[in-house]
Amino acid sequence: QKVSVEVLDHLEHLALVDFRDSEGVERLQKAIQFADQLHEVNTDGVEPMDSVLEDRWCLYLREDDVTEGNCIKELLENAREKVEEYFVAPPGNIPLPKLEERDTFLQGS
Amino acid sequence: LAPWVPVVGLEIHAQISSNSKLFSGSQVQFAAPPNSLVSFFDASLPGTLPVLNRRCVEAAVMTGLALNCSINKKSLFDRKHYFYADLPAGYQITQQRVPIAVNGSLSYSLCIDSKMSQMVTKTVRIKQIQLEQDSGKSLHDDTRSQTLVDLNRAGVGLMEVVMEPDMCCGEEAAAAVRELQLILQTLGSSQAVMAEGQLRVDANVSVHRPGEPYGVRTEVKNINSIRFLAKAVDYEIQRQIEELENGGTILNETRAFDSKLGCTVPMRDKEGKQDYRFMPEPNLPPLILYDAKSLPANMNHQQVINIDWIHERLPDLPSVKREKLVEQYGILPEHSFTLLNEDGLAEFYESVVKQTQMKPKKVIGWILNDLLSYLKQYSLTVKQSPVSSFLLADLLNLVEKKEISSSAAKRVLAELWKGEGKTPLEIVKEQKLELLQDQKELEQICQAVIDGQEKEVIMIVPG
Repeated sequence: QKVSVEVLDHLEHLALVDFRDSEGVERLQKAIQFADQLHEVNTDGVEPMDSVLEDRWCLYLREDDVTEGNCIKELLENAREKVEEYFVAPPGNIPLPKLEERDTFLQGS
Repeated sequence: LAPWVPVVGLEIHAQISSNSKLFSGSQVQFAAPPNSLVSFFDASLPGTLPVLNRRCVEAAVMTGLALNCSINKKSLFDRKHYFYADLPAGYQITQQRVPIAVNGSLSYSLCIDSKMSQMVTKTVRIKQIQLEQDSGKSLHDDTRSQTLVDLNRAGVGLMEVVMEPDMCCGEEAAAAVRELQLILQTLGSSQAVMAEGQLRVDANVSVHRPGEPYGVRTEVKNINSIRFLAKAVDYEIQRQIEELENGGTILNETRAFDSKLGCTVPMRDKEGKQDYRFMPEPNLPPLILYDAKSLPANMNHQQVINIDWIHERLPDLPSVKREKLVEQYGILPEHSFTLLNEDGLAEFYESVVKQTQMKPKKVIGWILNDLLSYLKQYSLTVKQSPVSSFLLADLLNLVEKKEISSSAAKRVLAELWKGEGKTPLEIVKEQKLELLQDQKELEQICQAVIDGQEKEVIMIVPG
């Protein structure tokens, strides 16, 4: 059960990861194999666990008060480009080129 | 061949009316300087964590209860991943597995004729309501080939209300959304003003032949008003029917409504079927809600949300308000709809009724025919009316006491509308509109008229 080139390409598009070489793909395969061990346990009729803390992990509810914001100076320090207090981005998403058009080792597989 | 059956479902995003955002303490406000209402969490800086706003949960519970939903006492948060410049984290926190409310219904009414004299009630099922984050805003600068991003809206709380495909045309979709809007405004959970982006509607449209399975559906976005919603849905239904009748096929795509051209066009930038790779939000445990029975004994109040407590405090919903108006004042159901459809009109009507001796059944005519048409003519809201309920009641009392005729009262109202500060009585005296009550004076006038028109009298009176 090797991960197909189509799935690897799909993942590269969705997550913008770069498997880079056969070692990267092998690492992914091993991670999937490791996680698949979970299937060996019969979990029929058992509710999935949300956390090892179980019901001791309580969701904290915050009061509806304004306590943050107004830090535009610090935020814009991170921006490579800005225009009048706006962050600047390309006109739209620039999708990863299709497999055939990419210079990636996946092509050879 | 049997006619096509159109099927319409809706996904509605309502911005929650709260001071601060869903998972952070930055302010929620329309039209503030760009990026001034953004916290480190909203900008997705590393090391920041979501903290749930209690008020947003209450708003969602209220809305769920008002829409007859089952409230899930345990609901979960998930991440929905996609890349876009206005989504700094690269994912939206939403409720995909177990939302806060499910399986509700919304009743709405339609006029079956254009004279608004016959109304029919319809119901649409509510599939679910989920809490989720809003994204920032993208301003497209095509001349410089760039997008400007303002994150003020990023992280604002939204309630997504999913309506099942129980509707069949633009009119039904519009009526359902209008009723939802009124409910949200009555609850205060959202101000639901479409023009300010507080209520956004996407329509899912398909057509099929009766007895056959549902057709391929398209999603229609960029609908900016209830009027445009009806137009967009009807256009899309027609487009699909024409396409299919010409032997074409419908693509499962997303289309944008172009209000200038009145048509839908395929949206660019939506590449095929999106894979959102949903995963549980690892930084948030389940949201647990309580009711009177399950209330924990020794928990801090502030950390407990009691569904029953919220239920007891729900205000009268529009449908209940309408029934009460009809029962209390003897007006027609259609009248109650118009009263509630105009912000403040029902209150104005009730205020006039309190201050006048004229029967409520007569007052309603003055409100709906006269006052409302003036408001529409001058594009004013009830709050902006130059004629207060006090003045109108005063005027109607003159009619009721038979001091002036109805038609004279209409002339007085026209004068009052100028807002020059005169009282109805002053205008009546100025324009000499008093009804003559004196029998003798009336006889004298009639005689004078008859005397002055000898020729006509001879023609009418034989012999």
